Amino acid sequence: MASKATRLRALALYKELHRLGRDYEPSYDFHGKLRRLFEKNRNLSDDEEIEKALRFGEYIKNETLALYSLRKYRHLKRMYPSNSVSDT
Amino acid sequence: MRPSAVRLLNILVPIKRAVDYAVKIRVNPEQTGIDLNVKHSMNPFDEIAVEEAVRIRERLKDAVKSIKVVTIGPPKSAETLRTALAMGADSAVHVEIPESAPAPEPLGVAKTLKALIERQKDSVDVVILGKQAIDDDAGQTGQMLAGLMGWSQATFASKVIVDPEQKVANITREIDGGLEELRCKFPVIITTDLRLNEPRYASLPNIMKAKKKPVEKLTAAELGVDLTPRLETIKVTEPPKRVGGGKVANVDELLARLKQAGVTGKRA
Repeated sequence: MASKATRLRALALYKELHRLGRDYEPSYDFHGKLRRLFEKNRNLSDDEEIEKALRFGEYIKNETLALYSLRKYRHLKRMYPSNSVSDT
Repeated sequence: MRPSAVRLLNILVPIKRAVDYAVKIRVNPEQTGIDLNVKHSMNPFDEIAVEEAVRIRERLKDAVKSIKVVTIGPPKSAETLRTALAMGADSAVHVEIPESAPAPEPLGVAKTLKALIERQKDSVDVVILGKQAIDDDAGQTGQMLAGLMGWSQATFASKVIVDPEQKVANITREIDGGLEELRCKFPVIITTDLRLNEPRYASLPNIMKAKKKPVEKLTAAELGVDLTPRLETIKVTEPPKRVGGGKVANVDELLARLKQAGVTGKRA
């Protein structure tokens, strides 16, 4: 790792992604994939590459959050449909 | 220059730890209720309420003095309060009931909230809560609280605009015919509908920070409220299984089947 700061960021990202992965479809093996992807990049030393990897991790985090939001919203929308005449 | 001393707003957000939305609800073997040995989380409509309170503060900045969340529930409900604090609430109140106690009824909840509001040093201006809980779908607490307090109410809100200087809230409601716009004077009770907002994710750092936010513990007895259920549930059963439809060969057969089912073409 290039510096303490990036190490802390990587750890925080890993913890956050790990927590998110708990609600993922179990057959996808989110935690396994997460670990392997992080381990693959463990020896990066170039700042640019580290930055790119961290950004990718953030991207995955946002995508996963969006998936969860959508799943929940769709489910609730089906359970509580909007009234037929309103335009929402 | 701002006009002199607008009193700052205090927002109260009651939340409930309910059965998680993704859980498949099953009736318990005794047919007295649903199986509660399942995953619980904050009622989605209450998440929307917490989110709205936080957004009101983001819009009005310093005009909002405090956002307080409250829950009435067993010890595990403290986790739900933590999530709300992580989303942006400042402090919490946990009215703790024993693990084995029956779930409080909407009237009991409303009475408890009333007692809590009256106990507050800083008067509450806005109460925002979910329109209903997804495990009991009663949809009564907000309305009952408004009745008990004699406050204005706007239920099924799909849009809320707070004017702290005029001390009113302009609220759009979802009703059967479409949308209704109300202007309610403070203090006001608002119940949230699904389309009001999209709740934020409580990130891990925020959850850690939330551990430091104050949580006041109370009991219903301390508030002078009796939460004994007034309703007795006699039986809970699953809805009848869907019976498949059948195909008919022609119009005559259709008429014969309809007649068989007791549907006749008699003029009223």
